[in-house]
Amino acid sequence: MSEIRDDLLKTVDRIFDEHCQKSVRESAEAGEWPAALWQALEEVGVTRAALPEGAGGSGIEFEDAMFALRRSAYHAAPVPLAETMLAGRLLAAAGIAVPEGGLTVAPVQRNDQLKLAKEASGATVSGTAHRVPWGNLCAHAVVVGELDGIGVAGLISIVGAAGSVERNLAGEPRALLRFERAPLIAFAPLEGALSRLETEGALYRSVQMAGALERTLEYALLYANERVQFGRPIAKFQAIQHMLAVLAGHVAAASAAADAAVETSGIAPDEFGVSVGKSRIGEAAGKGAEIAHQVHGAMGYTREHNLHYSTRRLWSWRDEFGNESYWQTRLGRAVAAQGADALWPMLSRL
Amino acid sequence: MHEFRYDPVQLPASAQILRSDVRTFIAEEVASGAFTPSRNSWNTFDADFSRRCGERGYIGMRWPKQYGGHERSALERYVVTEELLAGGAPVGAHWVADRQSGHQILRYGSDRAKQTILPKIAAGVCFFSIGMSEPDSGSDLAAVRTRAIQVESGWKISGTKVWTSGAHRTNYLIALARTGPKEEDRHAGMTQFIVDLSHPGVTVRPIYNLYGGHDFNEVVFDEYFVPDDMILGGVGMGWKMVTGELAFERSGPDRFLSTYQLLLESIRAIGPDPDDRSANEIGRFVAHLATLRRMSTSVAGMLERGAQPIVEAALVKDVGTTFEREVPETFRHLIPTEPTLGEGGSYPELLGMTILRAPGFTIRGGTREILRGMIARGLGLR
Ligand SMILES: Cc1cc2nc3c(=O)[nH]c(=O)nc-3n(C[C@H](O)[C@H](O)[C@H](O)COP(=O)(O)OP(=O)(O)OC[C@H]3O[C@@H](n4cnc5c(N)ncnc54)[C@H](O)[C@@H]3O)c2cc1C
Repeated sequence: MSEIRDDLLKTVDRIFDEHCQKSVRESAEAGEWPAALWQALEEVGVTRAALPEGAGGSGIEFEDAMFALRRSAYHAAPVPLAETMLAGRLLAAAGIAVPEGGLTVAPVQRNDQLKLAKEASGATVSGTAHRVPWGNLCAHAVVVGELDGIGVAGLISIVGAAGSVERNLAGEPRALLRFERAPLIAFAPLEGALSRLETEGALYRSVQMAGALERTLEYALLYANERVQFGRPIAKFQAIQHMLAVLAGHVAAASAAADAAVETSGIAPDEFGVSVGKSRIGEAAGKGAEIAHQVHGAMGYTREHNLHYSTRRLWSWRDEFGNESYWQTRLGRAVAAQGADALWPMLSRL
Repeated sequence: MHEFRYDPVQLPASAQILRSDVRTFIAEEVASGAFTPSRNSWNTFDADFSRRCGERGYIGMRWPKQYGGHERSALERYVVTEELLAGGAPVGAHWVADRQSGHQILRYGSDRAKQTILPKIAAGVCFFSIGMSEPDSGSDLAAVRTRAIQVESGWKISGTKVWTSGAHRTNYLIALARTGPKEEDRHAGMTQFIVDLSHPGVTVRPIYNLYGGHDFNEVVFDEYFVPDDMILGGVGMGWKMVTGELAFERSGPDRFLSTYQLLLESIRAIGPDPDDRSANEIGRFVAHLATLRRMSTSVAGMLERGAQPIVEAALVKDVGTTFEREVPETFRHLIPTEPTLGEGGSYPELLGMTILRAPGFTIRGGTREILRGMIARGLGLR
């Protein structure tokens, strides 16, 4: 591990240990903004860590920023860190100044389309965006769409704009945003803005799932060694050992796939790496969560044990920004179109 | 708790040059009709092809030049082996010698063994088999009964080995035999011997496999004489070496590319414009494959640095062989066809051959269950 990575690990782990206790997670699920946690992350620059230095970044590598995101997911931190990083990178790529505070993005669902229009005073946005992550608690959103056939990213204030708020399985808010010729604070062309949002969103969810999977395995190993039945720790039963070995395989694959996707996405999200990552890690999420719960017995089925903070996130994130089928189909089409003989050169390019 | 990790590796520029070198070689071989990729697996035995690999420097890549090696890195070797496998090359003759036996001889062999055997392996003219399993000793290797008794200037081996792949065509095998009494430590008293299969006292009989092929054998020793300098690593060291060897065997591209030719031919058969379901499954396999390759190259990088990534390697094999076995099971739904006995010359034959080979993927080199037990130990569960 590099020295920077090591320092970062200590810093973010300290913040999460201090500000991300159970009570914080619970009150966040009840709708309260975890102000102290967010402020601590802002103070050390983690919320701006994915930005290039010229755009107000903290001067750390993208890979290290993604590592911090992964740790936030390991700790099941109830904050829009991925969304803020994603919105910030879109703004930076479009050359728009990145505002302070928590940010989110819209639209995040394939069937939603926002209409951008130029008006005398600037540009406006109209339309409905469903399930905007943290859309009720962030001050700004980055909206993407097209203007005159060109991809555009715009910045908009969404204070008080949220309609109904749903929650994903992890209790994270997903808000309805309805815009009616709402004025953009700034806007600029961004090539392939919509697909960039989707692909980068999938990258961040992949990284988050890798972190949550690591925690899930850790919980399962701890529990297996602690829980005694028939006079010995259940870890001594071969059936349990084999389940955990399979879980470890999924966690290992998720970890490797997340690293690979991050590595190729330093400037802009890499279509191949992200397709592989979201597909493989999404599969690991479902299969891994299943095993972890089986190993925990009824205890894992309670609200008391912490396992659910990780597994409910896995069950949510695998379906956000495109589920496995979506990315697998996309990847499979690309592979088939190029033909069998192009596959190996593609796999072995790194 | 053990933390496993898959650090990224950067392939050296020399590896990329080697990669295109192997691709050119394979293209020439295929063009000249030397082999048809879809008919092969990494078990396909072709001594002429192995000799040509030797000539090109693809065998014994990491060994010292003194023994015919090429003093290349683990990553350079990795790239050559993955290109050969992806290209469907018939590497079966030299595979075991290159992957493990030669490595063991280099580390533990006598000077004479190193000098007489290694250069021939590297030249692609000397092939090895593995003599571990016995009728009553499979997963439980410590139960071997083949016995070696000390005689003047050597040992005499008697006993029976089974499932000995390739022994009817290879030159040597490395036999694990009991040389001391079974003590409290079941793993003590075992020794590895280099056995020259052309010498008297050893008989090789075919055991036909599931698809009717002759790959593995029964090997019977009847007071077979081994000179002292053909002992590997010293008397009683057998167990330690066998387990070390298996670690090397576990994480290479041969643990997830066994069904790659079927994957390729399936993509070809489905064509450039797949329906949603086919695209979905192809994409899923590509995602698995890309991830496995990343994990496997990472382990190669760790081996290069002298680390001992035992759990990481075992995970590659478990995840990799699981993937291999899913490939035929999925494509039989997508390309409805009746699998056919044959040599892999058509899609139904390739599918048929893959289905019949698949059970071996999760047995050879340590069963899935044994592997999962090792992973569990690495995770601190036992
Ligand atoms: C294609 C092929 C090629 C081979 N080539 C060679 C070769 O060249 N040289 C060589 O020496 N051997 C070779 N083998 C043999 C191979 O190493 C053994 O088959 C393997 O180690 C398993 O031993 P076994 O077949 O006796 O099965 P067993 O050990 O009898 O196992 C039978 C079943 O019981 C399970 N089992 C056994 N012990 C346990 C346990 N402790 N916990 C849970 N489950 C357990 C196994 O996982 C398996 O499912 C080859 C095998 C195959 C299939």
